[in-house]
Amino acid sequence: MPDQLVEEILESINLHRSFDRGAPHVVINANRVLSSKVVDGLEIEPEEMSDGVKARLRVTRGTRIKQPVHLCFGMLPERGLQRIILEVDIEDEAEVSFMAHCTFPNAVDIQHLMEAEIRVGRNARYSYFERHWHSEQGLVRVVPVARVKLAEGARFSTEFELLKGRVGVIDIDYHTDCLAGSSAEMKARIFGRQDDRIKIKESASLDGEASRAVLITHIAVKDEARAEINNEIIARAAHCRGHVDCKEIIQGRGVARAVPVVQVQHPRAHVTHEAAIGSVDSKQLQTLMARGLSEDEAVDLIIEGLLS
Amino acid sequence: MAILELRDVSFMVNSTYILNGLTMEFWEGYVHAVVGPNGAGKSTLANVIMGLPDYRQHSGDILFEGSSIRHLNVDERARLGITLGWQEPARFEGLKVSQFLLAAAREKNRDEVDRVLELVGLEPSRYRNRAVDKTLSGGERKRIELASILAMRPRLVMLDEPDSGVDIEAIERIFEAISHLKKEGTTVLLITHSARVLEKADHAFLLCSGMLVDKGQTRKILEYFSGKCLPCPHKNVPDLNSGQETGGENARPTG
Repeated sequence: MPDQLVEEILESINLHRSFDRGAPHVVINANRVLSSKVVDGLEIEPEEMSDGVKARLRVTRGTRIKQPVHLCFGMLPERGLQRIILEVDIEDEAEVSFMAHCTFPNAVDIQHLMEAEIRVGRNARYSYFERHWHSEQGLVRVVPVARVKLAEGARFSTEFELLKGRVGVIDIDYHTDCLAGSSAEMKARIFGRQDDRIKIKESASLDGEASRAVLITHIAVKDEARAEINNEIIARAAHCRGHVDCKEIIQGRGVARAVPVVQVQHPRAHVTHEAAIGSVDSKQLQTLMARGLSEDEAVDLIIEGLLS
Repeated sequence: MAILELRDVSFMVNSTYILNGLTMEFWEGYVHAVVGPNGAGKSTLANVIMGLPDYRQHSGDILFEGSSIRHLNVDERARLGITLGWQEPARFEGLKVSQFLLAAAREKNRDEVDRVLELVGLEPSRYRNRAVDKTLSGGERKRIELASILAMRPRLVMLDEPDSGVDIEAIERIFEAISHLKKEGTTVLLITHSARVLEKADHAFLLCSGMLVDKGQTRKILEYFSGKCLPCPHKNVPDLNSGQETGGENARPTG
């Protein structure tokens, strides 16, 4: 039975043929850990709860895991709550990349809540790519909250991407504290349709000298969808660099709001921001239409580029 | 035979004629040039022919292969085989060169992407996966614009200031691509005020203040343009009484 569920989850994210069971991974359905595999230097301690799974992930000092670690968070039932609590510890000089696949292929009314505490040690590297597969019509409420602490020289990057299905409700809240010489890059790319609701709050506090952060949010909304982006960088030390980039395309009755906040508390720090909200750029549209694409085809291609 | 005809086309903005009673014929398979000083209406003419949204309210008629295209949108005109290369091409964040080229391509496969990139002198392996964004130089972007036009295999292409903002090597590649288009039987309309570009044309029209001042063989138009329009002695007002015709009203391109 677990094997069958693993297959079903992998199939929903199109990995059923290519997934290497020998690669480091954890596969979870609702509150059950169906499969896991670790490699030297990677510790995964999952604990099943009544409404989800709590897991401690640790990469030991100096370990460099070359293969990405797959985290498959599935919820195959139509309804329910899945809570994922992660405690991630990437020790000094370690390096790891997590590919998180969150799949809710049959969702009618699903809540997926994630709380993560992440520590990235000195000169360690940690990347976390979160990809979502939702059902086409059902409602999925996704609420990931992450608190990240970067030690000196650490590098952290994260990307959130919805690859299939409707958004439903997405409410992202990530905050990163950056010590000297560390860098954080947070990206989110989402296309909202119908009555989807997208709320993103990403922030970085550049506390150490020469720390850096880039927050990139690209959103497209159409129909009745709404998006609200609140991204913030605070620079508190010399030679900090930061950039906030919010781009939103609206169509139909979609509504988008972007509030990029930059605060600089040191004269030798530099933080920039750009925010653009509007319909598709007319010159881009005309260029593609002058090559024979219909208006709808041209808009889709422009949005595909923005969200790629 | 004329692939494109303008019949008494006028276009106004705020009660000012930008194009004024233009009647022109563009012969199939030839390279035509439209020259004139700044503000002559050259780019407006291309935009009107392409049917861009802000340029649809003109009087007169435009015929493509004998049929009026006045009522057609940009994409409908493009599907007939008409296209336009902008003076400053748009940039597309996140869109790969291969996606951009395939969107226009009649044959949608990687070989076609490589073929057109090679035609404009860009190494396919280096450019296929680049984004069509601000990381490209002006010359690279211009060549990729031309590559997308080549992939489309149009019947009539209008190139607005094809040499602006590009280096010498890029200009040579652009000229080669224009020759290639001509060999494939595409009618080319070069919008320019550059003598170097004008020399590539078989036949030219001279515009001033939205009016057709003269037309004829390229060399004659070039002489007139160089002698009387640069600098323009009449501050952008056409000197219709100069009496000089260059090549005659009905001069056919010599090819």
